[in-house]
Amino acid sequence: MDQIGPVVVDGIIYSAWLFIAAVGLTLIYGVMKIVNVTHGSFYALGAYAGASAAGAWLARGYPPMLSYAVLLLAAVLVTLVFAPLIERGLLRFMYAKDEVVILLITYALFLILEDTIKLIWGVDPYFVAQPYALLGSFEIGGLRYPTYNLILVGLALVSGGGLAWILRGTRVGKLLLTVIHDPEMSRAMGVNVGRFYLVTFTFGSMLAAIAGSFTAPTVSVVPGLGVDVIVLSFAVVVIGGLGSVPGAALGAVIVGLARSVSVHYMPQVELFVIYSVMAVVLAFRPRGLFSLVEPRRI
Amino acid sequence: MRELKKLAIGGLIALAPLGAMAQAPVKIGVVMFLSGPAASPFGVPAKNAADFVFDELNAGKGPAPYGKVGFGGSKIETVVIDEAGSTTTQVTEFRNLVQRQNVDLVIGYISSGNCLAIAPVAEELKKFTNLFDCGTPRIFEDASYKYVFRTSPTATMDSVGAALYVKEAKRGIKSIAGLNQNYAWGQDSWNDFEASMKQLVPGIEVKTSQMPKLFAGQYNAEISALLGSGADVVHSSFWDGDLEALILQGSPRGLFDKSLGVLTTGETAMHKLAAQIPDGTVLGARGPFGPYAPDNAYNRWFSKGYEARFKAPPNYASYQMAQAILGTKAAWEKAMAANGGKRPTNEEVGAALERLSFEGPGGVVRMANGKGHQAIMETAYGTTKLVGDKLTVINVQRYPAETVNPPDGVTSTDWIKSGFKK
Repeated sequence: MDQIGPVVVDGIIYSAWLFIAAVGLTLIYGVMKIVNVTHGSFYALGAYAGASAAGAWLARGYPPMLSYAVLLLAAVLVTLVFAPLIERGLLRFMYAKDEVVILLITYALFLILEDTIKLIWGVDPYFVAQPYALLGSFEIGGLRYPTYNLILVGLALVSGGGLAWILRGTRVGKLLLTVIHDPEMSRAMGVNVGRFYLVTFTFGSMLAAIAGSFTAPTVSVVPGLGVDVIVLSFAVVVIGGLGSVPGAALGAVIVGLARSVSVHYMPQVELFVIYSVMAVVLAFRPRGLFSLVEPRRI
Repeated sequence: MRELKKLAIGGLIALAPLGAMAQAPVKIGVVMFLSGPAASPFGVPAKNAADFVFDELNAGKGPAPYGKVGFGGSKIETVVIDEAGSTTTQVTEFRNLVQRQNVDLVIGYISSGNCLAIAPVAEELKKFTNLFDCGTPRIFEDASYKYVFRTSPTATMDSVGAALYVKEAKRGIKSIAGLNQNYAWGQDSWNDFEASMKQLVPGIEVKTSQMPKLFAGQYNAEISALLGSGADVVHSSFWDGDLEALILQGSPRGLFDKSLGVLTTGETAMHKLAAQIPDGTVLGARGPFGPYAPDNAYNRWFSKGYEARFKAPPNYASYQMAQAILGTKAAWEKAMAANGGKRPTNEEVGAALERLSFEGPGGVVRMANGKGHQAIMETAYGTTKLVGDKLTVINVQRYPAETVNPPDGVTSTDWIKSGFKK
């Protein structure tokens, strides 16, 4: 076990990336009961917006250290353009429909957004490598890691901790919890459920866009980027329990560490590991590790 | 006299369809990735090459002996299909091309998985199909086809060429490691490279073989495993966005500083990621293409025309597409010459391409393997050196076709295991 340090670091980095990518999905499901396939589209939109905005920023010779703020801003702005449009323009008319119908609608939207991305950005790849190497590197177990990875870990901690604080420690969060438990009763009590849905959808999608934007410096941003992310995100939130933020965190850590261990010690089973973890969890806890309590309606 | 006139008119009417047939356009189905991660590095450059070559041929501007308009005087029409989607989708699209669009020929397919699925369907539908890019050697090693051809060399050539180059470039090499995609192309590439290295350097140690899924995107853990392994050489047949992600994530971590990096398809990234690919990385182009292409009339015509039109140099996928079109044209016109100038059938075009030698922008192509259906070529490898902001290759070594390809009828695995017996 001479590689234990790198195994843990690799697992944490991958878990952090997975968590940021997946937590918005579980938030939207928790509040709106939508299995939102467009989550992958927002990841891709964030990656494209981040790569093109940061690329333009650096090409003009502006301070490179501010490129991280540009990545964040680009993700926020692109979400503010697309998410309210989708929620107000289409999804709000569908809430009364069956979950499967809404799933199919979001899948259709995912396909439309894939083509929209191609219309806007074309099929050529976008690169913005500079932010990845800008912060230097640190060493663990004799291996070099770009310090940029710590930004991903920080983002995961901030988004997870921030969500927990909003939900448990603020008035808005408590109102949101009432919407999660019973939207009809909340509406009867004067809560503007429609506004909560809009804000939740926008915020959840923004987290996906931020994940995409901060992944952009490490990959080639190309069409189809969001496809694998949505599959992995579903695996994580299903392990943790759909709708549970702590569940998504635990799911991401389990998947990240399991994958890292297999890559280092048994690479031939790497593909098998993520989904076998999911299968084992679901065999013993069919609704995931932290499934929400379903109140019985009378 | 009136009877003669009637006969003449009748004869003209009867012959009219034949005349129309002779001049009817040749409809070609062209298939490559136009969306998804493989579109930019492979599909789009291949489509650009097809657009350029077809336009030149239709204008009668191809270099001799490709100067005749279109194929044998008939203009070329294309039906372009996106290769993205599942293998099942591609099989359906292929059937549509043949049975609904009634194409005369098909030139296409980048993914080895798609090639393996399409070949038996092409045979079933009796449709001449030239697989222009995919690399898995299994196509003509596991089966025999009448209608299926491949005018590009197999992955075996890339792997054996890489092994020969590495043995010379890294004297005293003791260990290797691999990072390849977990499907036909990645597995075949690694198996051939590993087996070749074991033949060339007896007792060589394999430190680790990483096989992430296609388009995984995040390789931090794999890079750590490779770095931790301390292998002398790291081999990767990654292509598309995966190759670019590997370079972007591996270079800042010193992956190719600690080990000699071998990127068998690295040429597709050399222009876009010139600054990120470290000096001294071994770069392949899947044959004598791109920086390894010979200085012949075909290459000058193709590379200059392509660059002038698309403002970027052609990559190896572009070369392979150009080569596939020129090879098919050569076969079409050879078949026409053999049947008295009539429009050839698919069987006649196939018979003409079997065992044919022709020259293209990558040099001489010989349809020598797979019973005359699989091309062999020379190949070349070199190491990278950044000059200004352009990545160049130095220490280029060229390997004759027979040195890096098995003899006809011998599988790649058996040939490598035999110690490359000729």
